[in-house]
Amino acid sequence: MKKRFGKRDFILIAVLLAAAFVIWLLISRTKFAKGASAVVTVDGDVYGTYPLSQNQEIPIMKDEKRTNILVIKNGKADITEADCPDRLCVHQKPISMTNETIVCLPNKVVVSIEGSTESGIDSIAK
Amino acid sequence: MRNKRIAFLGAFLALALICSYVESLIPFYFGIPGVKLGLANIVVVIMLYTAGAKEAVCISTLRILLSGFLFGNMFSILYSLAGGLLSFFVMYAVKRTKKFGIIPISVCGGISHNIGQLSVAVLVVENYRIYSYLPVLLFAGILTGFLIGVAAQEVIFRIHKTM
Repeated sequence: MKKRFGKRDFILIAVLLAAAFVIWLLISRTKFAKGASAVVTVDGDVYGTYPLSQNQEIPIMKDEKRTNILVIKNGKADITEADCPDRLCVHQKPISMTNETIVCLPNKVVVSIEGSTESGIDSIAK
Repeated sequence: MRNKRIAFLGAFLALALICSYVESLIPFYFGIPGVKLGLANIVVVIMLYTAGAKEAVCISTLRILLSGFLFGNMFSILYSLAGGLLSFFVMYAVKRTKKFGIIPISVCGGISHNIGQLSVAVLVVENYRIYSYLPVLLFAGILTGFLIGVAAQEVIFRIHKTM
């Protein structure tokens, strides 16, 4: 218990940093594409798919209660209202890139961005 | 001897609870939802070195349950338990190798804490996509683990000096 920060300690932290960096690179490679639509899932089931090209406001209902409001504006999806106390999802920045997500843990609501234009057609068909 | 031990563990539990309380009052907000400093983990790291592994995991679990009932909800207990237990077992395993100091052990704890919580979040919302948060949480775990490790190390050295 003499040395406060040895060489081995430094190496282990450097390796962990490098690993985090590699994982970040791998995940961000799939991220930097402009998305086409916002997919909302509630409890793991798809709630709806909404094209980002169209400005709209979507109330997310669960058990006939409005839990969150999703706003699509200028090609970006954002949650502007939530009925949970911490409102972490409201504080998250608007998303527009594929694989970006906004999560509301208490309501189990996930908004994610998808790139394919086909999902946009799906929502029109609905 | 046994009574002294119980008193010590009680004091540690109170200290951990106060850390949780302080953190709920002052959110150390790093700009990313869900990233916290994890002040109470200082107590877990200190106990791992001074009181023993069994005691550390006991106090950590009790602290999570009590602070969950006091300042959180059922969900926060679930997330904290997953993160707390995983980070404890990782820290214990790394400490057992006897190759690393306090700071890297705390860093490993910080990372595994975030991995545990994210895994529970994936199970709860049933959407694997939120794993795209993983890189951010890894970096955050390294940073907070480092800070907690530095603080815990200073305390542990001073405790060893006076005992």
